[in-house]
Amino acid sequence: MATTAMERAPAHAEAPTGLWSWITTVDHKRIGILYGASAFIFFLLGGIEALIIRLQLAGPNKTLVSAETYNQLFTMHGTTMIFLAVMPLSAMYFNYMIPLQIGARDVAFPRLNAFSYWVFLAGGLILNVSWLFNAAPDGGWFGYANLTTRQFSPGPNIDYWTVGLQILGIASLAAAVNFFVTIINLRAPGMKMMHMPMFVWMSLVTQVLLLLAFPIITVALVLLMIDRTFGTHFFVPSGGGDPVLWQHLFWLFGHPEVYILILPSFGIVSEILPVFSRKPLFGYAAMVFSGAFIAFVGFGVWAHHMFATGMGPFADAFFSVATMVIAIPTGVKIFNWLGTIWGGRLELKSPMLFALGFIAMFIMGGLSGVMHASPTSDLQQTDTYFIVAHFHYVLFGGSIFALTGGAYYWWPKMSGKMLDEGLGKLHFWLMLIGFNLTFFPMHILGLNGMPRRVYTYTSESNFALLNQLETVGAFFLMAAFLVFLWNIYKTSRSKVTAPADPWNGATLEWSIPSPPQVFNFPKLPQVHGRDALWDMKRERDGSLPEPQRVDGKGIHMPNPSFRPVIAGLGVAITLGGFIGGSHLWVHLAGLAVLFYGVFSWVFEPAG
Amino acid sequence: MPFCGPRTDRTRILMLQPIARRLPPWAPALIPAATALLIVACSPSQYPQTTLLPRADFAREADHLLRTTLLWAAIVFVLVEGALLLAVWKFRNRPDSPEAVQTHGNTTLEIVWTIIPAFILAMIAVPTVRTIFRTATKPGADALQVEVIGHQWWWEFRYPQLGITTAGELKVPVGRTVTLEMTTADVLHSFWVPQFAGKRDVFPNRYNNLWFKAEVTGNFPAQCVEFCGQQHGRMAYRIVALEGAEFDTWAQSFNTPPKDFSADSTADPLVRQGQTLFTAKGCGGCHSMYPALPLVGPNLHHVGSRSFVAAGTLQNTDENLAKWLRDPQAWKRGVLMPNLGLKDDEIQALVAYLRANQ
Repeated sequence: MATTAMERAPAHAEAPTGLWSWITTVDHKRIGILYGASAFIFFLLGGIEALIIRLQLAGPNKTLVSAETYNQLFTMHGTTMIFLAVMPLSAMYFNYMIPLQIGARDVAFPRLNAFSYWVFLAGGLILNVSWLFNAAPDGGWFGYANLTTRQFSPGPNIDYWTVGLQILGIASLAAAVNFFVTIINLRAPGMKMMHMPMFVWMSLVTQVLLLLAFPIITVALVLLMIDRTFGTHFFVPSGGGDPVLWQHLFWLFGHPEVYILILPSFGIVSEILPVFSRKPLFGYAAMVFSGAFIAFVGFGVWAHHMFATGMGPFADAFFSVATMVIAIPTGVKIFNWLGTIWGGRLELKSPMLFALGFIAMFIMGGLSGVMHASPTSDLQQTDTYFIVAHFHYVLFGGSIFALTGGAYYWWPKMSGKMLDEGLGKLHFWLMLIGFNLTFFPMHILGLNGMPRRVYTYTSESNFALLNQLETVGAFFLMAAFLVFLWNIYKTSRSKVTAPADPWNGATLEWSIPSPPQVFNFPKLPQVHGRDALWDMKRERDGSLPEPQRVDGKGIHMPNPSFRPVIAGLGVAITLGGFIGGSHLWVHLAGLAVLFYGVFSWVFEPAG
Repeated sequence: MPFCGPRTDRTRILMLQPIARRLPPWAPALIPAATALLIVACSPSQYPQTTLLPRADFAREADHLLRTTLLWAAIVFVLVEGALLLAVWKFRNRPDSPEAVQTHGNTTLEIVWTIIPAFILAMIAVPTVRTIFRTATKPGADALQVEVIGHQWWWEFRYPQLGITTAGELKVPVGRTVTLEMTTADVLHSFWVPQFAGKRDVFPNRYNNLWFKAEVTGNFPAQCVEFCGQQHGRMAYRIVALEGAEFDTWAQSFNTPPKDFSADSTADPLVRQGQTLFTAKGCGGCHSMYPALPLVGPNLHHVGSRSFVAAGTLQNTDENLAKWLRDPQAWKRGVLMPNLGLKDDEIQALVAYLRANQ
């Protein structure tokens, strides 16, 4: 059996090339790259949406876009950045780095991994294809019922949203199962849980959050979808339904979602800081437990998004105090990061600059977060630009800074090329300045009464000056990412290749060539403690020889397969039939494709 | 030696020196100019919708908490960002830098920096919870009651004790607690008077409440703060706070039937023509001219004396009224009021009639 499998799947030392090899790939590294490339394109799309928003708000009563278009823009900006940019950018690192950091050859379920990616792509495309029909979702990323019920949103716009998010949820759940099992079961010999790199730990916690939070939003979306499609009354007040139920379900997902967006970034920063400080992570155990504690308490704070709904004093007090409690483990993390760099020898290279920028910006987002954890005070802040400022400080100043730092950090490993340091620094400074120019004034505007989600404002309000400043800042941010693109383009054409370990890394991904071979590790590494690679270097008196590419004879890797693509397509068609009402033949066709995809998958030899 | 990777040239943190040399000599003057601009931009009195200049008891409660949390946030901000900058400066890699100290943690330190944030949060949590319960008590029966109803995209205000209904402009007395009982006719909205109180969302089939006691007279802008569809951005309203006696006078004069100009031979013929048109064009199908009769559209009793029209988005001038009547969809696409195809002279007559209603 083993012989036949190996005949079917000869372990190539070098991966096959061509479009088909990418479509059928089950290699976690290629899937990671697919996630990264798709997510980056979606990120740029969300960025363009933001720029149009900023231009529309650059003066009072501007008419660059209509109210309808503006509502579509802010809905899609939020939905895109959360579900199609930050989450899949994290997924890129889960895919590429978790197996490498735990010393595994692939994830536990390689074909399921491919399925996750293709389903994700289908969800992203369905959401965005709505633009072509001038029917982009326009109910906000939070989709509050009863505005999103058929009575008040009769067009297909919200259908694209409910269907797209359900499809994305399937992708996230499948991926979460996969990474959870991978981390639990496929660690290299000797790597105990408390030896895992912090990125792997934070990823593990994130998978648990995904597994628990996504079913909730899926339930909410299904209820909304059948309300809209079949006239049920879950959220329709005239039928006895309750729009507040939507808010509870949405935020019961939505708040853990915030930690789904930030915990991987905590992990990335916890990787970068020790390497560029030349000392181990400070307070490893506290970092693990604070991350887990944040995730746990994160399920008990959802209603702080709903103080204005009038829940009564007991609920307000509970959710307020619970929210403040989260600040404690978050503070522990920040102090431990400071402890990590304190006494180090800081190499201020691009990845490190982004990691430090992350800390500086995230602190501000955390502090404004505590400010609206106080309900009476929040009643003045909620639904104003103060909140917009807050969550951009945690999601852009936090997640995007960390994810970008991760890109500079792991780029050599993933591409085999070194990014240019000078351009990297330029990128960082443009981004830091542009970010603060764009989002800091929003604090002031919010406290001075500028509401969110308004497509224009009056000249009487005096909001123009700071809005103009923000618009200028947004173009700095655009410039920053153009520099990044230029950096990628320029260095990808360069002949200079990256060494296996350009940063004197601490973790196993730096022990193998850049980019790694299909099988990652010719021989699974033996681990004895944390910072496994630093351990190995210490044993060898400081440095290891540059790892050589080997032919990998006898290493058993899974077969490529196009079945996950078919199954993913089936999911997309089946649910896509709910756009603009229920289309029975589309559902049936989709189910047939799904049925074929799954069954041929089950009977296909895995390799 | 584990940490002896290739030594790179000394990393400059700021890289500002070469830039500074190329700047024109007047460049330093930009700093005070920018600071002045920033101070102007940050001054709350610049912003009529500001929350930072509370003018009622509820808003003062919120403001007080804001100042407490902001103070602690500022202290933490300075200390932690300061520590970060200090660490980056002090431990940046220089040729003579010592080796990094290989510490893995420090239990005492870690316990200390868990307890300190917990203490700070307690300092915020205690006043927070006290304020929550204090603001949750309902005012007594002597308060002025107003029923607030959100519509896509305007606000209706009913005074059950006075038997009157108005729209787009909430008049309240100074020095007397006002209780708002709030609901919506369609989707969720959120009512907010930034200078007087925090927000309350409104839900169908349910009443939410809010109260405040205004301290000063004035005409304040406000707007809906829960996304409620296409024209959420133009769902504004005015809050007009009057002296108690002035408020009573207004309420009394408001509670009179509309003037019938057709029976009044002394009235301006244009106004009389406008009244005829109001009926002929079917305006009355949606808009009531009676003080206590709510219809589908905003009540227009005494509309002539309101400060704003079109849900608080256009000043109540003859030009703006005409602009609105000519094509409501041009200013507020999606609004229920259709373009009636009125001719210029008809618009003029209707404006005169509406203006005469005060």
